[in-house]
Amino acid sequence: MSLMTMIAKMFEGLSGTCAIFFLTLLFSLPLGMGVAMLRMSKSKIISNITRFIISVLRGTPLMLQLIAITYGPYYLFHFSVSRNKLIPVVIAFAINYAAYFAEIYRSGIESIPVGQYEAAEILGYSKIQTFFRIILPQVIKRIMPSITNEVVTLVKDTSMAFTVSYQEMFTIGKQIANSETSFMPFVVAGVFYFLFNAIVDYVMGKAEKSMNYYQ
Amino acid sequence: MKILEMNHIKKSFNNASLHVLKDISLSVSEGEVVSVIGPSGSGKSTLLRCATLLTEMDSGELIYSGEYAAKNNEHGKAVYSGKAELKKIRSIFGLVFQNFNLFPHYSVLKNLTDPQISVLGRSKEEARERAMQLLKKMGLEEKADAYPCELSGGQQQRVAIARALAMDPLILFFDEPTSALDPELTGEVLKVIKQLAEERMTMVIVTHEMAFAKAVSDRVIFMDGGVIVEQGTPSEVFDNPRMERTKQFLRNYSQQ
Repeated sequence: MSLMTMIAKMFEGLSGTCAIFFLTLLFSLPLGMGVAMLRMSKSKIISNITRFIISVLRGTPLMLQLIAITYGPYYLFHFSVSRNKLIPVVIAFAINYAAYFAEIYRSGIESIPVGQYEAAEILGYSKIQTFFRIILPQVIKRIMPSITNEVVTLVKDTSMAFTVSYQEMFTIGKQIANSETSFMPFVVAGVFYFLFNAIVDYVMGKAEKSMNYYQ
Repeated sequence: MKILEMNHIKKSFNNASLHVLKDISLSVSEGEVVSVIGPSGSGKSTLLRCATLLTEMDSGELIYSGEYAAKNNEHGKAVYSGKAELKKIRSIFGLVFQNFNLFPHYSVLKNLTDPQISVLGRSKEEARERAMQLLKKMGLEEKADAYPCELSGGQQQRVAIARALAMDPLILFFDEPTSALDPELTGEVLKVIKQLAEERMTMVIVTHEMAFAKAVSDRVIFMDGGVIVEQGTPSEVFDNPRMERTKQFLRNYSQQ
């Protein structure tokens, strides 16, 4: 197999990689906010249960979670494993990343000085207005560097979908490497991930800069 | 007409072990400028926070323009009015904080217009007009498009005063408005408050600036240990204090 065919084949797998990447962000970013709210709940029970779930999600390998969510239903309830593995893969990624995002949101929200809430209260803003107009924009600016970190990690983590044989770039690369007994696919994969993250860095850097108009 | 009435306010912290306010009563009439002085820990800030609904008092009555924000139940515990009632009452007063608390992600102009639009429902043009008029009054017209971080402390505090005034409160509270400022920036803020006093804006000012309190107030209240020790006109309190505690406090101050 020529290098060009190899690259072309792996490039096809990029759609699978992108599907995991964008769908995970689409679901985990808002889900993380919901989890952060539960984590900061005034009810001790809710906040402790949430804290426990977050610690399980962060304390066990994502690979294990992927396998559990993809094959668990079969072992537990004898459901047939769906041929379209994108759904369980995205569920596993979204839940796992939501746990990380939740902790980032929480730290961001807790870092906003109480005076901002008090000023908003005195001026008569409702609780919802205070959150969306005053607090959240400041939180987003503060947590951007941490979010960028997670997004960069996510690009690389998509390769873990190979453990459940989901057809993304790394899975295809590994198949080629096996059939051709070549190390080349791994080099190609490395370059792809690096370029992908170069784009992510550029976009997130732009986003961070756009918020630099205030301190 | 009384704008603010506080009757028998009691407040303690740490499970009732620390009594910060011990039965304080205070009323403020329209157009009156009241200064509250006293040593740190005397309860002045807590009094202000109770008056502005930032802290709930344990017991007592809080009335704005005849409307109850809180009154005692049969057990002598303060019970606050409903959400809608309190929202209405919040629109009666404004508060200027010690450390400004401007919204850093909004420009100076938006700090003034956003609450008018979001809370009062004013149109953009109306809010902008009111904001520019107040910024002009504060001498900060040319800073309308700047962000708070680009301003000096004195300028930030004047923006904060303008933001409070833009909501057209009937009474304005100041919580040590110059305590976070360098001495050289204090003057510009005091000047603005003095101007408001001359316009008969109803104000309650917690301050450590004795000369200023003496100059602008109609009435001075000296607090210590959670009670009002003495109150009267500036000349009564500053020049002829009756209570030994007041004399001692003022002596310490003039020595500094």
